[in-house]
Formats: sequence, structure tokens, C-alpha cells
Amino acid sequence: MRIALAATCIADAMFPQAPRAVVTLLERLGHEVVFPAGQACCGQMHVNTGYLADAVPVVQNHVRTFAPVTDGEWDAVVVPSGSCTGSIRHQQSMVLERAGLHSEARAAAAVAELTYELSELLVDVLGVTDVGAWFPHRVTYHPTCHSLRMLGVGDKPERLLRAVEGLELAPLAEAEGCCGFGGTFSLKNAETSAAMLDDKVATVVDTGAEVLTAGDWSCLMHIGGGLSRGGTGVRPMHLAEILASTRESPVVPGRHGSGRSGATTEVAR
Amino acid sequence: MTDARTEILSRIRGALGSADSSAGAAGTTGAAGTAGVTRAPSVVPREYRSAGEHAPGSDAVLEVLIDRLVDYKAEVHRTTPKDLPRLLARLIPQRSAERQVVGSSDYRSPDVLPTTPSTPRGAVVVPHGIDQAWVSAMGGVEVRTDSREAPLSAAELDEVDAVVTAARVAVAETGTIVLDGEADQGRRAVSLVPDVHVCVVRTDQVVQTVPEAVRLLGADPERPLTWISGPSATSDIELERVEGVHGPRTLHVVLLS
Amino acid sequence: MSTFLGMPAARDRRGPGPDAAPGTLSGVGRPEDPLHWGASFPDAAKAALDNGQLRRNLGKATSTIRTKRARVVGEVPDWEALRDAGSAVKTDVMARLPELLEELERNVTARGGVVHWARDAAEANRIVADLVRARDTDEVVKVKSMATQEIGLNEALAEEGIAAVETDLAELIVQLADDMPSHILVPAIHRNRTEIRDIFLERMADAPPDLTDVPRELAMAARAHLRRKFLSAKVAISGANFAVADTGTLAVVESEGNGRMCLTMPETLITVMGIEKLIPTFDDLEVFLQLLPRSSTGERMNPYTSMWTGVTPGDGPQEFHLVLLDNGRTKVLADEAGRAALHCIRCSACLNVCPVYERVGGHAYGSVYPGPIGAILTPQLTGEESDLPYASTLCGACYEVCPVKIDIPSILVELRAREVSMTAGSAGDTADRVWSAAMKAASFAMADGARFRRAARVPRLLRAISRNGVIRKLPFPGSLWTRSRDLMEPPKQTFRDWWDGREDQR
Ligand code: SF4
Repeated sequence: MRIALAATCIADAMFPQAPRAVVTLLERLGHEVVFPAGQACCGQMHVNTGYLADAVPVVQNHVRTFAPVTDGEWDAVVVPSGSCTGSIRHQQSMVLERAGLHSEARAAAAVAELTYELSELLVDVLGVTDVGAWFPHRVTYHPTCHSLRMLGVGDKPERLLRAVEGLELAPLAEAEGCCGFGGTFSLKNAETSAAMLDDKVATVVDTGAEVLTAGDWSCLMHIGGGLSRGGTGVRPMHLAEILASTRESPVVPGRHGSGRSGATTEVAR
Repeated sequence: MTDARTEILSRIRGALGSADSSAGAAGTTGAAGTAGVTRAPSVVPREYRSAGEHAPGSDAVLEVLIDRLVDYKAEVHRTTPKDLPRLLARLIPQRSAERQVVGSSDYRSPDVLPTTPSTPRGAVVVPHGIDQAWVSAMGGVEVRTDSREAPLSAAELDEVDAVVTAARVAVAETGTIVLDGEADQGRRAVSLVPDVHVCVVRTDQVVQTVPEAVRLLGADPERPLTWISGPSATSDIELERVEGVHGPRTLHVVLLS
Repeated sequence: MSTFLGMPAARDRRGPGPDAAPGTLSGVGRPEDPLHWGASFPDAAKAALDNGQLRRNLGKATSTIRTKRARVVGEVPDWEALRDAGSAVKTDVMARLPELLEELERNVTARGGVVHWARDAAEANRIVADLVRARDTDEVVKVKSMATQEIGLNEALAEEGIAAVETDLAELIVQLADDMPSHILVPAIHRNRTEIRDIFLERMADAPPDLTDVPRELAMAARAHLRRKFLSAKVAISGANFAVADTGTLAVVESEGNGRMCLTMPETLITVMGIEKLIPTFDDLEVFLQLLPRSSTGERMNPYTSMWTGVTPGDGPQEFHLVLLDNGRTKVLADEAGRAALHCIRCSACLNVCPVYERVGGHAYGSVYPGPIGAILTPQLTGEESDLPYASTLCGACYEVCPVKIDIPSILVELRAREVSMTAGSAGDTADRVWSAAMKAASFAMADGARFRRAARVPRLLRAISRNGVIRKLPFPGSLWTRSRDLMEPPKQTFRDWWDGREDQR
């Protein structure tokens, strides 16, 4: 398959290890990955903060960039984020529709139809749960709210994780509880956000896991920031990073935030 | 100044008109947006169960009803017409000993501080249309009759120990009994004020699901309906359920077959 | 306790807030405007978070009720079909509201009831007060009702010398403590048993002096306190859960029997009901009587549901008045996107699953409607600027449980958009202007791949202040983040720079 990667703005700028891992993983599975250079952001931050007019050019850019998927240029678009996929699927056409851009709204809906969150792409489209990964660590999985409720990815991420050789999956208590990130919520209601974070950090620590994983770096950034502040030693890693790890090219959980400063998480290719 | 009714209705029509009526569910025709136009009901998907898989009064349905009633702390008895009077006679005095002068300042919950019964023998109120055979065996119990034409006062109702009524329908899945105020069930006050309610339900009155009951009751929707699921209860203190607040604190359900 | 402070400005919310020192009996006081009181949401939330007792009470209560709900919903095989039906019925009601209200009025009137219409709170309160006074009594018994909370009926009656006695246990607790409800279903959820015992001992004249804090004993004390009032009251005031247009039937769903007492014993019954509480047909009850109890108390069915149609000669109140209340509802209806907030059947499931509500409680919302539903309903009812649409992470838990499938997160986003356009129109405060400028700049940078390439390299500068891979302290507004969590050090190379390098090597 020819798969276009929507890296997401936050991962592009802050957590490149996730989209890099997607590239490694999909290429290992025999697919071709392309990165359309015009992409920037899906517009979710603007929409969720209420700046719908400012979201319009951002959404337009996304739709324009990925429109070729509807002409068969690529077979699918993959996004290593549940909330960005959710925004693409449930908000983009609404934003354009409200701005009176009806044909662009239809184009957005058509692109969204062929856009998948990573675990959806793997399990539903590519039909794999065992991606041949090796990751000998104790891991706990946080189902992020948008993956869980907006997309309904269900247990797909856990099925993928269970198939990883050497991986020990530790169940997370109150897993479905929100971590308190909520985009600008973490700033506008900083105290409430922090209270939710404290509870999430406590349940993560209780699992005794070495690594916390999720399908979204935005939530991982939040929980990871709490885990680091608490000096817990638990490392946040994106699902893609774990699935990219093999015996031949192991990904080693780094010190802070999957060891981004060192070469430890370099995914060899 | 227009009157409130006219103004509210015109505000609503304005609100619906200005925002076109695409709010209607699938099936609504879009042409209905203008003020004053009567809109056709939209099609409501009713994929839910309109009836259960078990017949009214079947063993399966009764089993579910009993399970639910017991779960909500109702006391369930099964009997036959022949044994019913004796059972009723037994149920009345059984609980009436707990009766106290409720509302007096020294009133305490029976569980907290038992006091001497106010009357040595029980008194029971029955609606005038109740099957006379039911109360025939209540020797030693004072039976008072209430009707819309000759109602007991609130104070009089507060004096009796128990009430015996029939029922209109029962719902197994929710453990619910419905009274509709007919002559064998009585005025609403009658089944409310006494502290013990003995409700006699014929097993053929027990349906499995809520829709079955609603459709039956819909034949006479104007009757005052009381849906009862267990004795009165509150969960207002730390969400801990306490049975027995203002309504009857004891509910006996007698299943008659 | 309410002293009017003068001009009600948009952000001038009154009341001491939820932090009124833990351990004190007195609550937050009765505000001038039940839809808008107390501090701003972030400030009130902060105060609530500092109250450990409150957080424990709330955490325990909400988790208990969540578990109960999940269990009884799980045993219904056609739950989703019921939700679909409930949602569609309510959509239909809104589309046909004028006709259905007229139909209800006709049917209530035909059965001996009297229907009144009230444009706003003041008009509704006036109607009720006049009715009560004409019945020559100075005390009425009340069934818990959100509509009468919303219009401040008790305070309005008090000004006319009429005492309105709340008879729902939790409402009684709230009333005795001069407090405000903090939950739609369990208004005293913020109080634990010991606090309730103390409130009874101090404020309820006939409370047994040796009252303990055992819930059963507390409930029995309330029973004794209210019994005589029930048996002697001349007038009762209620709300309604449902009103059936095609029969004129009203329904009240309750647990304790106080509802039955109020709806049965007095000679006169006055019901105050929002115009959105309608359902078209009697058969529609079969949907809502399944959805509501399981969603609200987590019971298969609540202990008591009363239904009455006008007046039944010889049985129950012989005089019945129905007050149909607008009070902002038509404004909500006019907003196509926000209109679904009127579908709410007040089950409170969304509160119980809300991670924000669970931590800050109901008072932080500064409205009788707290939690997710309050965050979408309150600003629409008042039409004022509000910070409530931001009081959510958009986690979607509310939408998932809502028995009538109100898409609360989407409506929150709509209302945020409305807030943004309202503040854009006004001068706005500094924070609003900063946000707006930041969003504009981000929009520019994020609408083009080449511009974003440059923008994405900027965070790299923060590497200068990172230690061990994390940044522990940033100046404002970054401090809002770093106060409670570290920020991970940005990478040396963005993803797209890495990608291009890789492509070049090919
Ligand atoms: S919005 Fe939905 S979940 Fe919340 S109280 Fe209303 S009906 Fe219940």
C-alpha cells in the first residue's frame, strides 16, 4: 500500500520519534510511506478553543494537502493520534460548512473517509495485529479519550501490544478517566487539570510499569510531564515506538520522555 | 403588552423558523420551517423491545419479578386464592406491632428504639372495591373501608397499621407494581399513608417489560397512576440506600395464582 | 443571607464560593441569580480543589453511582435502541413545540386543570405566589424541582411571607444549611453524614438530641420532621419530569415518597415546568421510564413514579395548576447547534462521569445546573458571557452516557466559538486579547507547510534551558504548564527536517 503520513503538528515539532516510528513500522510491513510536505496541522486546537474562523485556513490546508488520497494517489492517510484523527473525521467538514465552503466541506469529508488512526490502519485496513515487534518491558496503556470515545478504537491498541514479543501489559486502574490535558484546558483551568493529572500519575505508578504508552503524544506529553515531575521514572512512549521496536533494531526507553536527547531511541533503518 | 401565552408561542415559532427545522429527525419534511405551520411528527426509530420474550404470568417472568422485588427489599409471598385470606391476616399484625406515633417528637425509627405499640391489635384499611373474600379471614384485625365517596381523613389513615390493595399491572424486569386508582386499588392516599402496604398481584398481571405495561395503562391514561418499585428509599446521604422514608416502609407483594 | 450588592455586571458573581471553610454548616448562601453566582469557574474550582473533605465526598459518591449505573445499563439488551428513540422523540418535540404545548394545554384544561404561562422567573414566581396566597396559607410543601430552583421560587415566596418547605431529603439538607444544590439528583452530594447530622441538630427544631450519623437514622429524623407537614399542607408545589401532550398527563419520578405525599395529600397542586419537558404521546413514556432511572440513580426503576391527568374527583388534589415556564428556553431553542441542550431529562449521569465535576463539585459552576449539562445549558439560558464552556477537557464521557444522546462536547465547542465572537465584539480583557492574538498567529503558521517548517523549529530554542531532557520552569504563560508538570525537551530536529534529510540520502 501507498500510505500518506499526517505527522500531526505536535509530533512534527516536539515528538518526531512517533512519526519516525510509523515510517519504520509501515516500511517493515512492506508498505510505502509518503510525507506530503504541504501539511501542517488538522486545526483541532483552533476548533476546540472556539476560534472557528481562524481554524478555516488551517483546515483548508490540511484538506488540500491530503486531497490526492481521494484520487487514488495514495491508498490511505495514517495519523499517529486519536484526537487529530477525530478532528479530521468529526470537525473539519463542520468548520468548512459553517464558513460557507460547501464543496471544500465535501472534500474534507471524502479525505476523512480514507484517514485512519494508526491502530485502526493496522488492524482494520492492513489486517495485522502481530507486527513482529519485540519490546521486553512492562508496559501500561492509557486509552486516550478521543481514541476511545470519538473514534471507538476499542481494544485494538491492546491487541497490538499483546502481540508484541516480550512485552508485559499491566492493566491500568481507572484507565478510561481523562488525564486532564484537554488542550488549552490545561492552561485555562490549570488547577483542575493538575488534579486530574495527579490521579492519572498515581494509577500509572501503581501498575509498576516501566513504560506508559498511548496513541497520542499530546496526552503523553501531559502525563509524561507529570510522571517526570513526580520523579517516577516511568517513561512515556507512543504506541508506534513500541511497535517499531524489533530484536534487530530495539527501541530502548530513554531517560526522560523516551530519551529524546540521546541516541537510545534512534530507530535504525 | 401581549399576554405570556401568545408571546411564548411566538418566541418558539420565531426560534424554530429562524433556525429552519432541519432539527427534525430523519423523515421530517424540510418545508415546515415557517411560523404557524403544523409540523408532522417525525419518524422515531423504535428498534427497542416492545415486549419481552416471555408471556405475561409465565414462570420465567415471575422469577425475574421476584428477584427484582427482593433485590429492592420488598417482601414477596406466593399463594393461592384459598390461602390468601390467611396469609393476609398473618401479614397485617406481623408488622403492625412496630407502629408508633409518627410525627411526635419522641418518634424514633423502629430499628433504633422500639416503642410500645399504640394499639394492641392492628387496623387495616382497604379500598371499597377489594375482593371481600380477601379480608374475610382477618379475625382480630379492625378493617376499615375507604372510597372516593367516603374517604378517611389523613389523620385517620395515619392511625391504621396497614393497607391492602390489588394492582393493575406489574413489570418483571424492573420489579415494579402499578396501581391505577380503580376501586380495588383505592385512592392514592390509601396506599401511601399507612406504614405497611400489602399489594396483591395476580400472576397473569405480570408482564416482562416496561413497554408492555405502558401500552396496557395507555388504555386509560387519565387514571392516577402510582408506579411502585420496592418500599420508599433514599440515597441522599453519601448515596447509601436507606429503605423506608415517607412512603410505606414495608412493602409486601403477594403473588396470587 | 443574600444582600444585593448593586449592579449585576456580567462577571459579578456573588456568594462566598464553595470553599466556605470546611466544617462549617452554613452553605454558600442563596444567590440573587440562581443561574449566575460565585467566583469565576477557574477560581471557584481552585477553591473546591483545596477542600479535601469535599473532594473525598464527591469522589466516593460519584464512583459509587457510576458503578451502579454501569451495572443496570449493562443488563438492558436494547439500551442503544432506547437512546436512539429517546433522542429522536426529543428532537421531534422541539420541532413541534408550539403545537404540542397547545395540545397539552387543551388536555390538561379538559381534565379540570388550569394552565398558566410564564415568560420569565419573575412572572412564574408571581403566578405561584398569587395562587398560594389565594389559598389562605403561609406554608407550602415542595417536591424537588430544578425549574423552581432555577427561578428562585422559595426566596420569592419567602418575600411574600410564605414558607416553602423542601421535602426531598437532600433538598431539605440544602435548605436547612442555607446552601445551594451541587448536583441535579443528589443536591447535598457535597455533604457527608456527619455534616448532615450536625445540620439537623442545629437547624431542625424537632431533631432528636441524641441523633447519630447513621444514614437510616438521619432519614427517619427527616421523616418525622416532615410527616405532620405532609398530612396538613393545603398547597404543594412540584416540578415535572414529563408532560404528555396527547393525554395531558404529568409524571414525577422520585424515591422517597415525599413526591407522592405532595402530589396526593394537599387540596391544591401547583406544578412548574419548563416548556421543553414535553413528550408527544403516552406511549413515549415507555422509552423514558427505562432511560431515566437507570441513568440517574442506577436503579432498574426508581421506587415511586406518580402520574396524574388534571384532577381526579375524590382522589388527590382537587385543584391543579400547571405553570409553563420559558425563562430563556426559547433563546436556547433559537440556536440550532445548542438546541439539543433542551433534550435533557436531568438524569445527572453526565455529572457523575465527568472528571471535572468529580473533582470540583457543583458549586464551582455557579448555577443550579452544574456539570456538563450545566456548562452547555447555563450560558445559553442567560445569554451572558461565560467561562463554563471551557470547564471541560472534551473527553466525551458525558456524551457516551447521556440517555438522550446530547453531544455535549460538540455543543461546548459551539459555545466556545460564541464566547470568542462575543469577546471579539467587546473590548475584551487582556487574557482574551492575548489568546486571540496567539490563535491568529498560530493560524497563520499552521496554514502552510513551508511556514510551519520554520515555526516547528522554534521550540528547539528551549533546549537551552532544559536539564536532563526536561524543562521544569517556564515564564508565564508557560508557567501554567510547568507549575504542575515538566515539559519535555524539544528535539534537535523536527520530523520533517529528518524526513527531508532521509530523502536526500536516497
Ligand atoms: S445532559 Fe444527558 S446525561 Fe446530562 S443530565 Fe441531561 S439527560 Fe442526563
